[in-house]
Amino acid sequence: MMSLPILEITYLVASLTFVIGLKMLSHPDSARRGNLIAAAGMLLAILATLFLYQSYDPNKLFNYGLILLGLALGTLIGTVMAKRVQMTAMPQMVSFFNGMGGACAALIAIIEYQQHPIATAGFDGALLVMLLGLVIGSVSFSGSMIAYGKLEGKIKDKTLPFNQAGNMMLLLVIVGLIIYQLFGTAYPVLFYGLFVIALVYGVLFVMPIGGADMPVVISLLNSFTGMAAAFGGFLYGNKAMLTGGILVGSAGTILTILMCKAMNRSLTNVLLGAFGSAGGGGGKAAEGDQTVREISIPDMAVLLSYSQNIVIVPGYGLAVAQAQHICHQLEKLLEEKGVEVNYAIHPVAGRMPGHMNVLLAEADVPYERMQEMDDINPRLANTDVVVVIGANDVVNPAAKNDSTSPIYGMPILEVDKAKTVVILKRGMAAGYAGIENELFFYPKTRMLFGDAKDSLQKLASEVKMV
Amino acid sequence: MEQILLYLSANMEMIYFLLLAILLGVEVISNVPAILHTPLMSGANAIHGVVVVGAIIVMLHASPDNYAALSIGFLAVVMGMLNVVGGFVVTDRMLEMFKKKPKKS
Repeated sequence: MMSLPILEITYLVASLTFVIGLKMLSHPDSARRGNLIAAAGMLLAILATLFLYQSYDPNKLFNYGLILLGLALGTLIGTVMAKRVQMTAMPQMVSFFNGMGGACAALIAIIEYQQHPIATAGFDGALLVMLLGLVIGSVSFSGSMIAYGKLEGKIKDKTLPFNQAGNMMLLLVIVGLIIYQLFGTAYPVLFYGLFVIALVYGVLFVMPIGGADMPVVISLLNSFTGMAAAFGGFLYGNKAMLTGGILVGSAGTILTILMCKAMNRSLTNVLLGAFGSAGGGGGKAAEGDQTVREISIPDMAVLLSYSQNIVIVPGYGLAVAQAQHICHQLEKLLEEKGVEVNYAIHPVAGRMPGHMNVLLAEADVPYERMQEMDDINPRLANTDVVVVIGANDVVNPAAKNDSTSPIYGMPILEVDKAKTVVILKRGMAAGYAGIENELFFYPKTRMLFGDAKDSLQKLASEVKMV
Repeated sequence: MEQILLYLSANMEMIYFLLLAILLGVEVISNVPAILHTPLMSGANAIHGVVVVGAIIVMLHASPDNYAALSIGFLAVVMGMLNVVGGFVVTDRMLEMFKKKPKKS
């Protein structure tokens, strides 16, 4: 029978496409092709498993109809969801799909366990792999669903009393249960108990983590699912699953670390939810004698039109207001008047790293206009006007000045060095991290309250008339 | 203890594979411009959808009268496929917008 080597070779090819695809995804020019190559490899692996797998197993195989139905259903729902989602909702969409993968890994572990003969005594390697796949997949599923709900605004940040201590205890219980089942007796009730506890742990793990840290969490959960998939691959000796899973596991971990570095914090610091709990002191400064200075739209139009150079700092507010197109229009109008306009992109602006780049690219803002933090910071002192649109924490000078602030030490866009700062904001509420921003009260700062899209629209028509 | 060592040596090939793949993942990823972090995360997310292969294998083995396994397996296939298709389509949509650059300049 020739199909066994063909199946093996197909898996090899699929594994290669994952590696090459991931590599190509990390360069702007080849990224899209990289994605398609990985997708082609995935299709190959799925088809090969469907039609060639029987060679592995002399026993009769079943359920082709149901499998095809499931694949068709998943394809249909996945395509519709992915096509319909708004650009602003991308992060939660990724989180949702990630949760699906985690659930899939956990369910596989459950079925395998049901068919696994309970070992009489001693170490059972296959059981260990199942337990790990179950736990990591479940945590990834419930955690991703909470992250999804939070980004959708359906679930509020909540720190339960003794949350950290409780999480630690749950983690210990999980580890204990795994060890007990490996070396003691593997009662089914313990297995399902572990499943439930892992689900609860995923919820409690993500629940207290504050908004600015969401990207880190999604990236981390992404690498969790990768690991869970790899354990599945280990279980079946399936190299395509193993490569795909491990690649994502390690790549996701690296990406997570890169993000933590961008915020100058350690991963443990993020996971213990320092943002959520320490930001409680915010809000009181606003009640003091400090005043904010508002700017009218005509004044601002004049200010912008007669500037030499302007830097726009986009934040999540821009995404929420869907103001990226009108923002690009304003930028073009100002360019026509000879004003140099650049965008300063903070690595963690928005809800995911690169969120702002994707958003601005959608509005056709050219690459060269988007400047990374380290490139633009030295030039901010020579900038006439900085326009902050719906960003807050990433421009908060407290990160440099106030050692008691929860974001102290996080690199920021040093917009306070510019000659004038205009902040477009809905109202005086604190940022997503819940921290007061002293920048709003600086003498050089002007506030323009209102919906970003609305303000920018009025501003654009006003600039036309200047 | 002996059993652990036996299990390790029986699976030595896979363990080599695992370690090398971890290093490969680290190598492939370092040096990514911040612009591509979101699409990269999304693409990686789609790739771990390969777990659907495991779901298919589980279903192939499940006997047609084991309804518990069938329903759980069916759910796993649907969810895994959601991960794959949704992941790749979302990534493609993100990257589609990046593509416009050469045309413009």
